[in-house]
Amino acid sequence: MIGPMLGEAWRAMGANRMRTALTMLGMVIGVGAVVLMMAIGQGAQYAVAQTISSMGSNLFIVISGSSTISGARSGSGGGPTLNVADAEAIAELEGVTHVAPTHQGTRQLVYGANNWNATVIGTTPAYLDARAWSIVSGHAFGDSDVRSATRVALIGKTAAEALFGSEDPVGKTIRIQQSPFVIVGLLGAKGQNLDGRDQDDTIIVPLTTAQRKVFGTPFPGSVRVIMVQAAAPELMPQVEKSIVALLRQRHRIREEMENDFFIRNLAAAADSAAETTRVMSLLLGAIASVSLLVGGIGIMNIMLVSVTERTREIGIRMAIGARQKEILTQFLLEAIIISVAGCLIGLVLGVGGALLINALTDMVIVISGTSVVVAFGVAAGVGIFFGFYPARKAAKLDPIEALRYQ
Amino acid sequence: MAGTRGDPVIRVAGLGKSYRTAAGLFPALKGVDLSIQPGEFVAIMGPSGSGKSTFMNLLGCLDTPSSGDYFLTGRNVAHLRNDELAILRNRTIGFVFQGFNLLPRMNLQDNVALPLVYAGSDRETRRARARTLLDRVGLAAYADSLPSRISGGQQQRVAIARALVNQPSLILADEPTGNLDSHTSEEIMALFGELNREGITIVLVTHENDIAAHAGRQVRFLDGRIVSDMATPAHGAAA
Ligand SMILES: Nc1ncnc2c1ncn2[C@@H]1O[C@H](COP(=O)(O)OP(=O)(O)OP(=O)(O)O)[C@@H](O)[C@H]1O
Ligand SMILES: [Mg+2]
Repeated sequence: MIGPMLGEAWRAMGANRMRTALTMLGMVIGVGAVVLMMAIGQGAQYAVAQTISSMGSNLFIVISGSSTISGARSGSGGGPTLNVADAEAIAELEGVTHVAPTHQGTRQLVYGANNWNATVIGTTPAYLDARAWSIVSGHAFGDSDVRSATRVALIGKTAAEALFGSEDPVGKTIRIQQSPFVIVGLLGAKGQNLDGRDQDDTIIVPLTTAQRKVFGTPFPGSVRVIMVQAAAPELMPQVEKSIVALLRQRHRIREEMENDFFIRNLAAAADSAAETTRVMSLLLGAIASVSLLVGGIGIMNIMLVSVTERTREIGIRMAIGARQKEILTQFLLEAIIISVAGCLIGLVLGVGGALLINALTDMVIVISGTSVVVAFGVAAGVGIFFGFYPARKAAKLDPIEALRYQ
Repeated sequence: MAGTRGDPVIRVAGLGKSYRTAAGLFPALKGVDLSIQPGEFVAIMGPSGSGKSTFMNLLGCLDTPSSGDYFLTGRNVAHLRNDELAILRNRTIGFVFQGFNLLPRMNLQDNVALPLVYAGSDRETRRARARTLLDRVGLAAYADSLPSRISGGQQQRVAIARALVNQPSLILADEPTGNLDSHTSEEIMALFGELNREGITIVLVTHENDIAAHAGRQVRFLDGRIVSDMATPAHGAAA
C-alpha cells in the first residue's frame, strides 16, 4: 500500500516542482534557523560553563568596606578592614578548604626592552588551590616565600607571550616597580572571566612581596580581599554565616552596627550568568521555532490548494474503491515527504552555517545530537500536524461532489 | 429477461433520493422498484433531468439513498458505512463514466491497475492484470502512454479495462458513449456486448435508441419514476 503511494506522492510533487520546492524552502529555513540558533545558544552556554569552571568552584570573596553605596565608610581611617589574621581565622572555620588574602592591582612589567601592563596579584599559595589553577612549567611558590617576601613570580600565558614571545619564561627575571622578580612558574591558560577580562594577563607574587615592593601599601598585613573556598556547594550558606559571625566578633562590631566588610558569592554569580545564557539560548530557539511554524503553515496552505485542485482526482479514486484512510494517507504522506526533505536540507544548511560561523568568528558553536534529533522530530511533527487537516479534508470529500467538481 | 431466475444482482425497493437545494428538498428519485438478474444487459433511458444519473450513482454506491432499500447481490447496502461502500465499489462494481475519468498524470497501465492498489494486490499481480486487460481492449501497445496521448474512444476502452480489473460482477456505465462519435460508440457497445456474453451484468444509461438496442432490456425514467420496462424487441426474441 505504502509502496505505490510513495510513487504517487513523488509524481504529484514532481507535477508542480516549483511549488514543491518553495514549500520545502519554508521548512528548510525553519529547520536551518532552529539548528543554527540552537548551535549558537548551546555554544554560549558551553562558553559560560567553561568560564565558570575556570573561576574555581564554591568561592566567596570577602571584600573590605561596607556594602552600602557610600561604601567608603571603612572602619579605621581609610585602610582596609581585613587582614591576614582574619584570613587565618577563617581558614579554621568548618567547611572551609582554602583561604587566600589577596592584594591586586595593575602594574607595568618590564623585561629588557619589552614592557607590558598586567594584573599583579599578591597572595598566598592557597590562591592557586582555591582557583584550581595549574602550573604548566616550573613550580609554584610556597608559604616560606610569603613569610620571607621573596621576589618570585608566576606568570600567566598572555603576559608571558607579551614579554617573552615563544621563549620559556621560567628562570627569567623581570622588573615590577624597579624590583627584580624571578619567574618560577608558568600558569595554565584560563581564558576570559565572566566580565570578559583575560585571566591570563596576570602575574602572581607572594602577598608580602607585593605589599612591600609592588604596591608599597602603608598598611602591610591588611588586605582588601580574601578569597574563601567552601568544601561543597551545599555548605556555602553555612560557611557564609560563619564568616560573618567570625568577622563581626573579630572586628568587635556591636549588635546595631553594620558590617565593615561584605561577602560576594561567586557561585551565585556564576549561576545567574549560566541562567542568563540558558534563557538567551531558549529565546533564540523560540524565535527560530517561529520560522519553523511559518514553514508548517506554508505546507498546510499548499496542501489545501493541492486538495482543491485534485478534487476530481480524489472523486475518481473514491469511485474505484479508495477508502477514506487511503486518501488521507496519500495526502499526509506528501506533506510528510515535503517536510522531512525540507528538514534534511535545512539540517545540512544549518550545520553548514554553524561550521562557517565557527570558522570565520571566534564564537563558540556547539552542535549536539539532541538538537539535530529534536529539529528532525519537530519537522516531521510539523508535517503531520499541518498536513493532517488538508488530508482529512480530502478524505472527507463526498465521492459524487468530488467527481462533479470541474 | 425471461428464464433468468435466482438472486437478482440488483434489487431496489421504493428507492428515493432528494437533493438539498436553496429552494428546499428536491426529489430527484421518487420511489423506484427494479430487479436486475445476473447476466442481464439493461439500458436506462429517459429525458434529461429524469433522474437517471441519480439512480446510477445510487446503484454504484457513490451516493446513499434518502429512502428505500438497495440489495446488491442480496445484501442491503442502503445504509452501509463509507469504507464498506468503498470496498463494494472496488470489488463488486465497475463504473464507467461519460467523461472517461482517467488520471491524467498516470500512464495507462497504472490507470488500469489503480483499483488493484486499493484492493491491496502486489506489484506483480497489478502489472500482469493491467497488461491482460489492456490487451483485451486492444491497447497493450499504449501501456506506457499518458491518457492525453490517445483518442476518446481509446480512453473509454482504458476506462472499461480499469472497471474490469478487479473482476466485478456488475458494470455500471452512465452515458459511456456520450462523448464519442457514432462509429466509436459502436465499437464500445460491441465491447460491452462481448463482456455481457461472458456473463457480466451491465447497466448502461443512454439517450440513443440504437445504443439502447444493444441491451436486452430497456427501462425508461420520467420525472424520477420508472415509466416503462420492457425487453428490446428484436433482442428479446433472441434471448
Ligand atoms: N447534486 C444535486 N443537487 C441538486 N439537484 C440535483 C443534484 N444532482 C441532480 N440534481 C437534480 O436532480 C434531477 C435529476 O438529475 P440527474 O442528473 O439524475 O438527471 P439525468 O437523468 O441524469 O439527466 P441527464 O440526462 O441530463 O444526464 C435534475 O433535475 C437535477 O437538476
Ligand atoms: Mg445524467
